[in-house]
Amino acid sequence: MISPIGWIIIWIGIFFDILGTVGLVRFPDVYNRLQASTKCVTLGTLGIMIGIFLLRGFSPMGIKALICGAFLLLTSPVAAHALMKGSLHFGTKLWKGTVVDKYGEEKLGGEQIEKESK
Amino acid sequence: MSSIIFSILAVGGFLCLYRIYRGPSIADRAVGVDIMGILFVGITALTALFYDLSFLMDLSITLTLFSFIGTLALAKYLEKRSLDD
Repeated sequence: MISPIGWIIIWIGIFFDILGTVGLVRFPDVYNRLQASTKCVTLGTLGIMIGIFLLRGFSPMGIKALICGAFLLLTSPVAAHALMKGSLHFGTKLWKGTVVDKYGEEKLGGEQIEKESK
Repeated sequence: MSSIIFSILAVGGFLCLYRIYRGPSIADRAVGVDIMGILFVGITALTALFYDLSFLMDLSITLTLFSFIGTLALAKYLEKRSLDD
């Protein structure tokens, strides 16, 4: 009974992995790309880890998969946040369809939205 | 089954490589490297599952932490701060 559930969760993880990388290619600027591709981590690779734990149970491989999933869940949002703040301070412009930029107004002095080029 | 899964994940890796090659700014390339590291973690874990090699899961944990440290170093470089700040 456990084994088909594990395979279904692994396939969901692979599906989200490929969707995240397609979003990495298709979206218009850095912030949209990062927002799309962090789904790769929390649903994609973490899904693969949970599926491996369900398939292998409390064997060494299953416990290591759980530990790896915990590390992913702890480290990946921190890395994504640091990368986004770093790219804002580096001066990467937001997409020209962006509505509001509160962080740029408060911390960087003026909106960082890219101007419409005619 | 395993060949289908690895083919799909390899397509994802090539999409990341496309973004690293074409990225207009440095930040795009940093995002591509980060996501490709996470994809490699998944590929290593699935290899451990299919070939029943338990030590590859250790490699997967290590890859997670190295990917984290690398991304933090890239973010600090983008923010124009030195690494011991």
